[in-house]
Amino acid sequence: MTSASVVGAATLEELLLRMWRIRAFEIRAMELFEEKLIRGSVHPYIGMEAIAVGVCAALRPDDFITSTHRGHGHCVAKGLDLRRMMAEIIGREDGYCRGRGGSMHITAIEQGMLGADAIVAGSSALAVGAAHGLRLQGRDSVVVCFFGDGAANQGILHEACNLAAVLSAQVIFVCENNEWAISTPASASTRIANIAIRAEGYGFPGVVADGNDVEEMRAVTEAALVRARAGDGPTLIEAKSYRITAHSAATKVDLRPAEELDAWRARDPILQLSRKLVESGVDEARIGEIEAQARADVADAVEFALASPRPDPGAATEDVYAPADWNVLERLS
Amino acid sequence: MSERELTMAEALNEALHGEMERDPGVFVVGEDIAQIGGLFQVTAGLLDKYGPQRVIDAPISEAGQVGAGVGAALVGCRPVVELQIADFVTLTMDQLVNHAAKWRYMSGGKVTVPFVLRGAVSSGIGMAGQHSQTLEAWFVHAPGLVVIMPSTPYDAKGLLTAAIRDDNPVVFLEKRLLYSRRGPVPEGDYTVPIGVADIKREGTDVTVACYSQGVHLALQAGRQLAEQGIELEIVDLRTLKPLDIETLGNSVRKTGRLVVVSEGARAGGVASEIVARIVDEAYDSLRTAPVRVTAKDTPIPYAAQLERAVMPQVDDLVAAVTGMLEPVAGS
Repeated sequence: MTSASVVGAATLEELLLRMWRIRAFEIRAMELFEEKLIRGSVHPYIGMEAIAVGVCAALRPDDFITSTHRGHGHCVAKGLDLRRMMAEIIGREDGYCRGRGGSMHITAIEQGMLGADAIVAGSSALAVGAAHGLRLQGRDSVVVCFFGDGAANQGILHEACNLAAVLSAQVIFVCENNEWAISTPASASTRIANIAIRAEGYGFPGVVADGNDVEEMRAVTEAALVRARAGDGPTLIEAKSYRITAHSAATKVDLRPAEELDAWRARDPILQLSRKLVESGVDEARIGEIEAQARADVADAVEFALASPRPDPGAATEDVYAPADWNVLERLS
Repeated sequence: MSERELTMAEALNEALHGEMERDPGVFVVGEDIAQIGGLFQVTAGLLDKYGPQRVIDAPISEAGQVGAGVGAALVGCRPVVELQIADFVTLTMDQLVNHAAKWRYMSGGKVTVPFVLRGAVSSGIGMAGQHSQTLEAWFVHAPGLVVIMPSTPYDAKGLLTAAIRDDNPVVFLEKRLLYSRRGPVPEGDYTVPIGVADIKREGTDVTVACYSQGVHLALQAGRQLAEQGIELEIVDLRTLKPLDIETLGNSVRKTGRLVVVSEGARAGGVASEIVARIVDEAYDSLRTAPVRVTAKDTPIPYAAQLERAVMPQVDDLVAAVTGMLEPVAGS
């Protein structure tokens, strides 16, 4: 890729740290689910870390993202605080959503995170509208919409892509093709090998990228950002990757063949980046330090989260509505 | 001084012009709303004044439009999306209920979604099953949404202005038959408060809770019944969520009788909810069982005789009122 060379070794170490933070976070989250400290479910991003980290490394702080049910990786990559993330998914008051959202709904607009969305493809139109709103405000911030291969067959995504095209919206669609929608392989859901070719049907570019290569993800995003900021409209990036874990921490049956899993494990994005750093002269010990730091950061986050107060049940009916004259008067009972 | 009269469509149009002038974050999206000003001219003249970035003829993608509205609201704009026919809301329910209504709550109260979804409720003119539904009950049942249904041009302008300025997602349903109805509308900027009912006729015998077209049925019934010496008190709820239970409760405490008029289907409808609320709030004041005058539980048929048969009519309301007064007539 053209601009990958500008990413120097130090930056790659930083990217590795972010990827490790995601992985360590997910490993702990799955354990906490088993320990019944996390309710509902956890959808780990393990194996896909290079996508979010690569894409978000190209973004400015004032750019935005929307996310999915498998959203922890996007949040970490966008720079959200591990402590407040963990507090949220454990359901505590110091969580990003004060325990109202949980794992699938972390929102931090002040950090460019418009919200994780547990309706598959649900945030695609939101991303387009946010991008149009930013343009009306005279801002060149870009909105990145993350979604999966499963989402690619939802109707709303079609509407959102077409609307983005006709509005020339400053949006980037990132399809994280991890091959499986719970138990249904992508090959059973579509007759095309590359979802990226659908972009042509909307009149904007579609790019296939190696979702396990953080530098490539960053580079394709940079190109899409230039296009979006110039007002030339959206890009669809299809990131080929794989989720190493089952669909969720609650998944009981996993149909994926062992050979397939092994092949993708060999292409683990963290392994690949670590190997590359070592080949470029970074000490093996330094790689170990990066992992240890990430695990320590996550341990600190868990400690913070468990110390955070539980939400007051008496406040469960608050914040359904924004403050308004009629709301202040408590007319809504 | 003679009062200026406008149609409801003109009144709504004035509200949009006023808010777009006042706030550069307000923009409108919908089908055929820009170049031709909307099928019912509610958005007339906006394109010339505010340009294609703020007055958008969108592709026929109702869910996409609503989702885009929510996204724009999240970054601080105040979008107004028009559903050409209110029934098309069925295509948008995920974006409306799972996104617009919940984003604030799910975020722990950190974000606001100042978004208005307007739609034309088109029953009464032979548009048949997919263009004639009155679906407000669905939105009342979705925590996080505000639901408004005006009955007069004055209320329409003031409530739409208030809806655009409100920080919550608002479903604003306009009865198509009322677009051409005229009434006094002040010039310039004013709001009608959300969540405040309006007594459109004072009376002592029976309270009629109603909204939108139901208000006009009630006013007509009120004139007929007055000739028989029966005085209706007509409470135009104007907003279904929040519901002004205080004004309605006070009226029922005065009259002791309640009829609710709704053009929505009967089962699980707004009329049922209002009866339940009054039972909660003013049971001891009720002298007779409350009565619901609603549409029947059918899809809306095409032929005029059939549509009239399933939609509530003035005669139905008159019969409901006289029926509930009969037991005490000889006392």
